[in-house]
Amino acid sequence: MGSSSSFWNRASREAMKSGVFVAKIYCFLHVTTNYFGFAGYSYGPSMIPTFRPSGNIYLAERISKRSQEPIRGDVVVLRSPEDPNKTPIKRVIGIEGDCISFVTDPRNNDTSKTVVVPKGHVFVQGDYTHNSRDSRTFGTIPYGLIQGRVFWRVWPFEDFGPLGPTPT
Amino acid sequence: MGIEKLVWEVTKKAFAGSIIGLTISDRCCSVVPVRGDSMSPLFNPQRNSYLDDYVLVDKFCLKDYKFARGDVVVFSSPTHFKDRYIKRIVGMPGEWISSSNDVIRVPQGHCWVEGDNKASSLDSRTYGPIPLGLIRGRVTHVVWPPQRVSKIGR
Repeated sequence: MGSSSSFWNRASREAMKSGVFVAKIYCFLHVTTNYFGFAGYSYGPSMIPTFRPSGNIYLAERISKRSQEPIRGDVVVLRSPEDPNKTPIKRVIGIEGDCISFVTDPRNNDTSKTVVVPKGHVFVQGDYTHNSRDSRTFGTIPYGLIQGRVFWRVWPFEDFGPLGPTPT
Repeated sequence: MGIEKLVWEVTKKAFAGSIIGLTISDRCCSVVPVRGDSMSPLFNPQRNSYLDDYVLVDKFCLKDYKFARGDVVVFSSPTHFKDRYIKRIVGMPGEWISSSNDVIRVPQGHCWVEGDNKASSLDSRTYGPIPLGLIRGRVTHVVWPPQRVSKIGR
């Protein structure tokens, strides 16, 4: 009897120890992905030629958005204002105070519209302007919706490398 | 030697404690103070008192962004992204809202938020409907001061 009780004691202690270890790993991952940076997957045609329509894995960081505001040309991950569960990738075209003219429906006609980006907002657009759902449809977005700035493309391997801000 | 080991142990414990605390406050719930009187009958009923109400914010609702009309939510301001506001949702996507001068339809994925104290509240009547993605949690209880501990209904 004595040997079996010591076995259960040891087993429960081991289980407790590994449970705490797993919890710590989980917390560490959560803090890393929520405060420093995260990896993500995207697909779709809206960011051709920066991203491939068949699917990409990228790395994004959250550090720069804490201290400073986004700058023109950054590629950002945002929470879609139309459906909060989607996180599309777009490029920041205009920051607060900019005056932006765009063609409302490039496929059918060339009527254009001009907006002034309000305080605390940015104007985002896909690189492939003919097939992208962005600020031209849903308007400018507040900074709070920006999740992170994409800085590294991981997969496919032909594209592996940093992604700096390119002039637009 | 002994003091170095002690410092190392304390640092390790503090690091583990802080990441566990951050995870709980992000994933599960956190306690935040309410400043100002924009929600006056519900929070901070007495003006100019030094006792701010502290409320419990539930974060589980952020998994799928399911909210109902009447929820009191914390969201980051659309104009100053570092500020957090507490307001009540009065309009869900697709509903018609009469604002100060006209009637507008709340767009898809947005909601209309207003303070309970309409006289001194900066809310959707000023900056329009806010995206649901800005919401950072739902207020469920008042936890401080002790005589005001209560559950927040819808």
